Amino acid sequence: MSLKGKVNKIIKFSNVDGPGNRMAIFFQKCNFNCEYCHNPETINLCKNCGLCIEGCPTKALNLKEKKIEWNEELCCECDKCTKICPHNSSPKIYSYTIDDLLEKIEKVKPFIKGITVSGGESTLQADFIAELFIQVKKKWPKLTCFVDTNGGVNLKDEKYKKLVENTDFFMLDIKAWDKVEHLNITGKDVDTVIENLYFLRDINKLFEVRSVIVSERINNRLTVEHVSRIISEKETRYKIIKYRNYGVRENMKSNLFSPTDQELKELEEIAKENGVKNTLII
Amino acid sequence: MILETIKSQKITFEQKVVALARLAEGSIEVLNKSEALKKYIEDGIICDLFEGNAPYRPRYIVPDYDIFMEQGSKFLNIDKPTNIWEAVHGLLILYKHVPSITTMPVYLGNIDYLLEPFIKDEDEAYLAIKLFLKHIDSTITDSFCHANIGPKETKAGLLILKAMRELELPTPNLTIKYTEETTGRISVEAIKTALVTAKPSFANDKIFRDDFKGEYGIVSCYNGLKVGGGANTLVRVRLGALSKLAQSKEDFLIRVLPEVSKEMLDYIDERSRFIIEESGFYESSFLIKEGLLEKEKFTGLFGFVGLAECVNNLLGATEKKERFGYSDDANALALEIVSTMHKIIANHKTQYAGEFFENTHLLHSQVGIDTDRNESPGCRIPVGEEPEIFEHIMKSAPFHQYCPSGIGDIFVFDETYKSNPEAILDIIKGAFETNLRFFSLYSDTCDVVRVTGYLVKKSEIEKLDKGEQVLRDTTILGKGARDNAKALGRKLRSE
Ligand code: SF4
Ligand code: SF4
Ligand code: SF4
Repeated sequence: MSLKGKVNKIIKFSNVDGPGNRMAIFFQKCNFNCEYCHNPETINLCKNCGLCIEGCPTKALNLKEKKIEWNEELCCECDKCTKICPHNSSPKIYSYTIDDLLEKIEKVKPFIKGITVSGGESTLQADFIAELFIQVKKKWPKLTCFVDTNGGVNLKDEKYKKLVENTDFFMLDIKAWDKVEHLNITGKDVDTVIENLYFLRDINKLFEVRSVIVSERINNRLTVEHVSRIISEKETRYKIIKYRNYGVRENMKSNLFSPTDQELKELEEIAKENGVKNTLII
Repeated sequence: MILETIKSQKITFEQKVVALARLAEGSIEVLNKSEALKKYIEDGIICDLFEGNAPYRPRYIVPDYDIFMEQGSKFLNIDKPTNIWEAVHGLLILYKHVPSITTMPVYLGNIDYLLEPFIKDEDEAYLAIKLFLKHIDSTITDSFCHANIGPKETKAGLLILKAMRELELPTPNLTIKYTEETTGRISVEAIKTALVTAKPSFANDKIFRDDFKGEYGIVSCYNGLKVGGGANTLVRVRLGALSKLAQSKEDFLIRVLPEVSKEMLDYIDERSRFIIEESGFYESSFLIKEGLLEKEKFTGLFGFVGLAECVNNLLGATEKKERFGYSDDANALALEIVSTMHKIIANHKTQYAGEFFENTHLLHSQVGIDTDRNESPGCRIPVGEEPEIFEHIMKSAPFHQYCPSGIGDIFVFDETYKSNPEAILDIIKGAFETNLRFFSLYSDTCDVVRVTGYLVKKSEIEKLDKGEQVLRDTTILGKGARDNAKALGRKLRSE
């Protein structure tokens, strides 16, 4: 059977997922469960419980042989289903073969510098993505292939070898440096993430590190201090991302606080003082 | 009308002088017009864009400023410049003596190449360039005035872009000629500038250079013309209105379009004839005598607007998926219409178009005027119906080969692109790879915005909304285009 990838959505032109103009492919499923997740419907695979069917105003959803069926033609993209879903999932998932994706890339190929896989957490579908990258490079050697990851799987592991080899650059999230804070905010330990930080830096495949800045909950200074020291000798960019509460689950919002622009500037200063040449606040 | 113009408090002194001259010109009839042409004009199908009844200068003049920089001007008593101050000073004087349909120059030259030899001390050069640009904006009070830079990166080019970003002025309009040898550095600087002040646009250098067998200038809105020449006249047809005279699309292609084209071409010839044979321009102008212009490098422009409305009309397309920009049938018909006009023009040999152009006029996708309703600019997909950007480019590109003297699309990008201007460069590269000829952009936060081809300041339109005087004619046109044609409602490109 040919490999299939579970994709939540594709943005044909993205200017925030790596250098230049890129096609961004968002894969379904994540191994973290971040409180501030802006796309919580990408976290789990659909359990086919059928709860969202009732809420669909255009009858685009049906249960067939215990499986949810989504009719894209009928869908008006109101997102009611993903809001109803109690399992942080979405019924609107595409199952793509490599060829399906190559066809989509082909269409926009003259306009992009490359593709970026994101999520959810893309590395959970590493085999599929590694194969996709191999094919992309074979067909269009000029296109670059980037992976956006939360660092939750150990990329040093043998089973990610093919993915790492065929990825031009990674973009890694470091959501908190402190163990307890990281566990609290993401539900997972930070150790692997930090191991990945060193690993990707040392093999020169770290394009960018991103930290989402949440006031009060996280010791952001600590995070920025450490990360910037580690990446400063390389060309790696440090992206300091302001937490904004749109798209975030309602029941989580009360715990999360946006930083002021002043705070963000101070953090950027720290990164610069520690020798990071390329910083960006967004 | 004359007294009304004299007494008006809404227009400036200069605007009054121009308006009065137009009234004088309008009071005589010297051109031969056929009955059929008169009917088309009366019905608003053919129009000469207010060029007047007795043309006494070419519409667009594209002097060879290199010659001026080499020899100065005897007539103007200017010596060959030896430093940056003499260079900008000489050019500013010359600009005041370059006529056009607007009375002001529509082309200022490849100003980076003109100034580059004089850039010694960069601080001093920057000051000179800033004053130069400011001077142009305040004295050439019409943003149909266009400067070019590129394709090679120059110090002057980088300084010009920086100064424009700082000044945020609508005049002059600017285009960077882009080719593979244009560096990433100046391209990115150009995009950053465009995201602040809606210029420069990007011209596909390779295509223009092929079409014009060498040096060309981008003038007025986005018109490509031959350096050392220009265009005597621009007459246009409103295809949307014209399509209503056809029984079917076959009837349109076989009867209606050829008939109107014949009248158009005769009228272009007649206007050109008057300029060439009667007005005395080509005998008396010092620009000709000193070699900055050659009659043989002038042509005439056959313009059109409303391709989208024409096609949608002929097909009775109401649903989005049937319309121009979406349906393959609609686009194929549109292409057939444009290529038919192209063929008709190429087959029309006339002594009123220069030998350089093998005695033919050129096809021009016209951007429209402020009073146009229900006619989209040239071949553009109507504002409000724009497809996704790459579809938009792919659907537009096939038309660009037919319009050497100008065609282009405008894209509005949101602010996020300011932190990744390379993303826009990738889009432009892709667009040029698909043979798009001309690409304009601005960001939704710009005060200076591109209306159809020319630039205006939104803040100035607001003044006009309150009934105050404004310096530039084009602001008045911009207000009209906003009110009548949603010209400022373009789709915002984000992500
Ligand atoms: S890692 Fe990303 S996708 Fe996964 S839960 Fe966290 S924010 Fe959401
Ligand atoms: S988004 Fe979901 S709920 Fe809304 S129409 Fe589509 S399938 Fe139905
Ligand atoms: S999307 Fe959620 S609610 Fe709908 S069937 Fe799947 S798991 Fe159930």
